[in-house]
Amino acid sequence: MMRNVLPILTVVATLFALWYGAAVALNAPWARDQAARAGQELGFGAMVAETWSQEKPKLPAPHQVAAEIWKTTGAMVLAGRGFSKRSLFYHSWITFSATALGFLLGTALGVALAIGIVYNRTMDMSVMPWVIASQTIPILAIAPMIIVVLNAVGISGLLPKAMISMYLSFFPVVVGMVKGLRSPSAMQLDQMRTWNATPSQTFWRLRLPSSMPYLFTSLKVGMAASLVGAIVGELPTGAVAGLGARLLAGSYYGQTIQIWSALITAATLAAALVGLIGLVQRITLKRMGMV
Amino acid sequence: MTKNTVISATDLSLTFQTNDGPVHALKDVSLNVEKGDFVSFIGPSGCGKTTFLRVMADLEQQTAGAITVNGVSPEEARRSRAYGYVFQAAGLYPWRTIGGNVRLPLEIMGYDKSDQDARVKRVLELVDLAGFEKKFPWQLSGGMQQRASIARALAFDADILLMDEPFGALDEIVRDHLNEQLLHLWNRTDKTICFVTHSIPEAVYLSTKIVVMSPRPGRITDVIESPLPRDRPLDIRDTAEFLEVAHRVREGLRAGHGDAV
Repeated sequence: MMRNVLPILTVVATLFALWYGAAVALNAPWARDQAARAGQELGFGAMVAETWSQEKPKLPAPHQVAAEIWKTTGAMVLAGRGFSKRSLFYHSWITFSATALGFLLGTALGVALAIGIVYNRTMDMSVMPWVIASQTIPILAIAPMIIVVLNAVGISGLLPKAMISMYLSFFPVVVGMVKGLRSPSAMQLDQMRTWNATPSQTFWRLRLPSSMPYLFTSLKVGMAASLVGAIVGELPTGAVAGLGARLLAGSYYGQTIQIWSALITAATLAAALVGLIGLVQRITLKRMGMV
Repeated sequence: MTKNTVISATDLSLTFQTNDGPVHALKDVSLNVEKGDFVSFIGPSGCGKTTFLRVMADLEQQTAGAITVNGVSPEEARRSRAYGYVFQAAGLYPWRTIGGNVRLPLEIMGYDKSDQDARVKRVLELVDLAGFEKKFPWQLSGGMQQRASIARALAFDADILLMDEPFGALDEIVRDHLNEQLLHLWNRTDKTICFVTHSIPEAVYLSTKIVVMSPRPGRITDVIESPLPRDRPLDIRDTAEFLEVAHRVREGLRAGHGDAV
């Protein structure tokens, strides 16, 4: 136990040290400037304390971010308003719902395209270049277009954001599943042929189970991409709710602490979601006897 | 060709078109296999022995000549599930138990559940793997895995067993043991077995008929009817008769090699 914990703690401690140091370096000019205007002489200790407690620092110190996160999560729960529109739980939920829906749509689209590519020669030759081209378009450029177009046909709210998530998350699923569905060896396919198996029997009993390790790896990448998609999708909607909205509002008003707390919440959410897939992967592959 | 002929090939040729020009994997091969025969195909790499087996199984198609399996084309024979095919590697599905792997062809062929259970139990006993039904492939040794793959090929009661170097990757001791078991199984079930191998002792020990092949182009150079009795203990390999057959096989292989050089 200690052998695992110690290296991790060392890394975390180093990161915090660097972060605090960077906060001093980046926020010092402002602190000195303020002191000069007030006609005061700023000692080193006072300067450091000042750089770690500014209201709108260039780089907020970790404890400032932690305090902000607590204020918008735990403290609000204690006050009985855990799901108010100012809490990070509420914003995380908004972003999560778009992420989850987009992830499901993206996975379904990715698996469907992969099956088409593996089974249909025409799709094999024609679809992949388009799939790759779709990912070379900057998502920031196309996201507002999707929102505007869908709004024009009367679709708003969750679905447009989920579409952007889907747009990002189907790609790793297609690539992984094409590889996975093609992973059975020539011998295994010949064997199916000697039993005169139908294409659907070969799919359900050989190709699909063979592709599971590939699928789960793709799902992890897809889930992370989906979260990025949902956040990007929230930026052009006028910033009403969601972690993307918090980021945008924070940058409008120079609330760097708010931006960082939203960023860290997003990272935590991503880690939790990817970890969840990892758990399902472990259970599934173990039950399949593949680990 | 008699009414007991199971496999009949006449002037069979198969030419692969490659970038380096045509490769004659099989050239004018003719052979009859009778019901209950144990036929070994032996020869150096590239002599077409595996290709011949694959043509019987409808995994490759000849470019000239004719072949029938059970009196019909290999494709019809495959569709009617006339043969079981054992590959060089066991090829068990890691996500299925041993029982589940043996059950796989039965599921595909639509046997009902109780019949499946009975057959899995029976063939696992036949290859000496009773009690391993619930184990996963990785929990078994290579030799046991190969036995499971033979059980899988036997499960649906095909009369013909096509085996492509099934024991090629196993060590000598396990191989002897499996050869003995295979003979025993053949004796009890009256199946027709076509068996591809690299090993002269293995071919002589197992077969009623040994087909010696040579490469470039792949062809049959000798067909030896074995004088050995059907009942063969392992120590038959020290008898003069055995050594004589082995000698003739070796001569055949050498002659075939001489032609090619």
